[in-house]
Amino acid sequence: MVDTSNLGTSPDEVQFRFRDDEPVDHAAVTVDSCCDQTNAAAVRIEPGDDARVLLPFLDRLALVEVNFPSFGDGRGYSSARILREAGYTGELRAVGQVLIDQLSHMRRCGFDSFAPDKRLDEDDAARAFATWENVYQRAADQRRTIAEKRHEA
Amino acid sequence: MYRYDTYDQAMVDARVAEFRDQARRRIEGKLTEDQFKPLRLMNGLYLQLHAYMLRVAIPYGTLDSRQLEMLSHIAEKYDRGYGHFTTRQNIQYNWIKLEDAADILADLSTVEMHAIQTSGNCIRNISSDHFAGAAADEVVDPRPYAELMRQWSSFHPEFTYLPRKFKIAVIASEKDRAAMRLHDIGVRIVKRGDEIGAEFYAGGGMGRTPMIAPLIRDFVPLDHFITYAEACLRVYNRYGRRDNKYKARIKILVHELGAAEYTRQVEEEFAHLLSVGVEPPREELARITEYFAPPAFVDGPKTLDRSDPDFALWVDRNTHRHKHDAYVSAVISLKPAGGIPGDATAEQMRVVAKLAREYSFDELRVMHTQNLLLPHVRIADLHAVWTALDEAGLGAPNMDTIEDIIACPGLDYCSLANARSIPLAQRISERFAATGRTEVVGELKLKISGCINACGHHHAGHIGILGVDKKGKENFQLSLGGSEAEDVSLAKITGPGFDEDGVVAAVEKVTDVYLATRTDGERFLDTYRRIGMEPFKEALYG
Ligand code: HEM
Ligand code: SF4
Repeated sequence: MVDTSNLGTSPDEVQFRFRDDEPVDHAAVTVDSCCDQTNAAAVRIEPGDDARVLLPFLDRLALVEVNFPSFGDGRGYSSARILREAGYTGELRAVGQVLIDQLSHMRRCGFDSFAPDKRLDEDDAARAFATWENVYQRAADQRRTIAEKRHEA
Repeated sequence: MYRYDTYDQAMVDARVAEFRDQARRRIEGKLTEDQFKPLRLMNGLYLQLHAYMLRVAIPYGTLDSRQLEMLSHIAEKYDRGYGHFTTRQNIQYNWIKLEDAADILADLSTVEMHAIQTSGNCIRNISSDHFAGAAADEVVDPRPYAELMRQWSSFHPEFTYLPRKFKIAVIASEKDRAAMRLHDIGVRIVKRGDEIGAEFYAGGGMGRTPMIAPLIRDFVPLDHFITYAEACLRVYNRYGRRDNKYKARIKILVHELGAAEYTRQVEEEFAHLLSVGVEPPREELARITEYFAPPAFVDGPKTLDRSDPDFALWVDRNTHRHKHDAYVSAVISLKPAGGIPGDATAEQMRVVAKLAREYSFDELRVMHTQNLLLPHVRIADLHAVWTALDEAGLGAPNMDTIEDIIACPGLDYCSLANARSIPLAQRISERFAATGRTEVVGELKLKISGCINACGHHHAGHIGILGVDKKGKENFQLSLGGSEAEDVSLAKITGPGFDEDGVVAAVEKVTDVYLATRTDGERFLDTYRRIGMEPFKEALYG
């Protein structure tokens, strides 16, 4: 059957990727069709979608795109963390209005690839990814927090 | 008081560098104003009617003399020689140039200060009881918990693009001196037997739809404190409304879902997050708490010479009972009759800083009532402190009286305003001071906002005044019966509004009613609660 809800980014639109495996090139489907189909390996989460409905299917997913139609809508950060907290290890791609100043936070929430709808300046982005040498909170990136470092034996 | 270690300092320094870089990209045209706006807002920079306004964070309202001296320096170097202390225990500068902003942030970072998250749709500066660490009635000093939250909420990766701003207050006594239940989350530290934990309230707020936060958990154990907060925020981030900016605060979510359903979702998320493990190590709270160890109080005289009536009046009005009986906390009024509520000049800030160093273990507080406070003053030193304050024009004996008005910046500065709040506050305090009525009336909290956003807390005023636009003319709505304290309530509108002269007269009329009907020891608010709105309406419109 042909899936009519193909809407994903293609791997060549990905500007930054922090994974060694081969990018998936199936187009992503909506959350609804992902739950109905038994073979979809790529899905796209919109801000209003509940990421938790995907939890039963994590084993077969290799790519989850989280769409940011507007950079000010921060629901996608929660979606990302929820997936990582549930043990999802596939690619987690931020797509849409992804801007320089969101990169470091997105990285911390578990995103490991980025397909901004407007290409970002490489130098600015490199600086942004490296902004925080240390972090205050536990998040999906498993970095040791400042509090943990303070109390290292 | 808390001190940055190299980690905290590096975080703030990184932020200053980041902001410099953002400002550069804005200037180079790599960022549109729309894209730059949330970034500058997260660094406290607003565009106002006449200039940029910079809001500097004063975490839980605590600062030392060196920091106040820096605020004084900034007022002088980058502004017009004064600053404005706000209801969220911060300071605002009203005349800032965009080009100077990064330099100001760099100056601030040399004294462990910043403007991070003082605006924008993120978790704002955490506020607390201004008497924290000094009040006789507190269970513990609430500030270590506020500091733990400050660190957790700073640059939180998941909660930087919330539906709307998010304000948290942390207190630790029955008395509420921080308007705790009018915050998005209010925390009250409590003791159960020997165990310390926290009550969590969620969904309070002012603005156009004022709401009092319901209790959602009566005891969060200390070692789950941050986890519970994270659960509250996650539910809000996912389900808070984003379709309408006026319905985006958590109060609307809690109201629409109902407190029980919101709580259920939080509990579910909480259970999940406990399994993930987001709580800082327990030793971190212990580390922070050490910074707030009580200063070395010494015994001394507990009584004073009251022969000077002006001094005696100030002592009665402006000092607060301390946990050590040879000390008091002394309120420094920023409400001289006829003055601008909350404004302090650079020179006044220096005077206060010096007094803090000499007489209050180098500690100062900003109060949500837009005043300053010396938390630990020896009773033996009070006269010297009062004398110095009085000389600097800071000796007004009017805490919690009708002269102690909270007022937002209003039409004199604010681009959203309908009416001028400051001149009205000036007229009212001048009038009551001149007629000698202030003392007769006693405790009466009057709060003025220049528009429905309620920055001046008018919903929580014993008397509240709201500026509205009436066919292009400034008009003022009067309301009665609000309180931000432990007896929290929302004020009710009396009826049709007044022009500026009219509202000043109306305030006098309602105090007439009060004076004529009060029973012994009754405050204005108590009388209102006993007799209801009718007699006041009668006097105003009858
Ligand atoms: C002059 C520039 C200011 C602007 C543009 C501004 C804007 C706003 C807006 C739009 C709201 C409503 C938010 C909402 O309902 O979601 C608000 C609320 C508030 N603002 Fe301001 N404000 C300003 C200054 C101040 C100042 C100086 C203070 C402190 C004295 C302050 C304290 C507050 C408080 C306490 C609230 C109510 C919080 C709540 O709704 O729960 N604001 N402000
Ligand atoms: S209440 Fe209105 S007029 Fe006053 S500061 Fe807030 S937004 Fe401006």
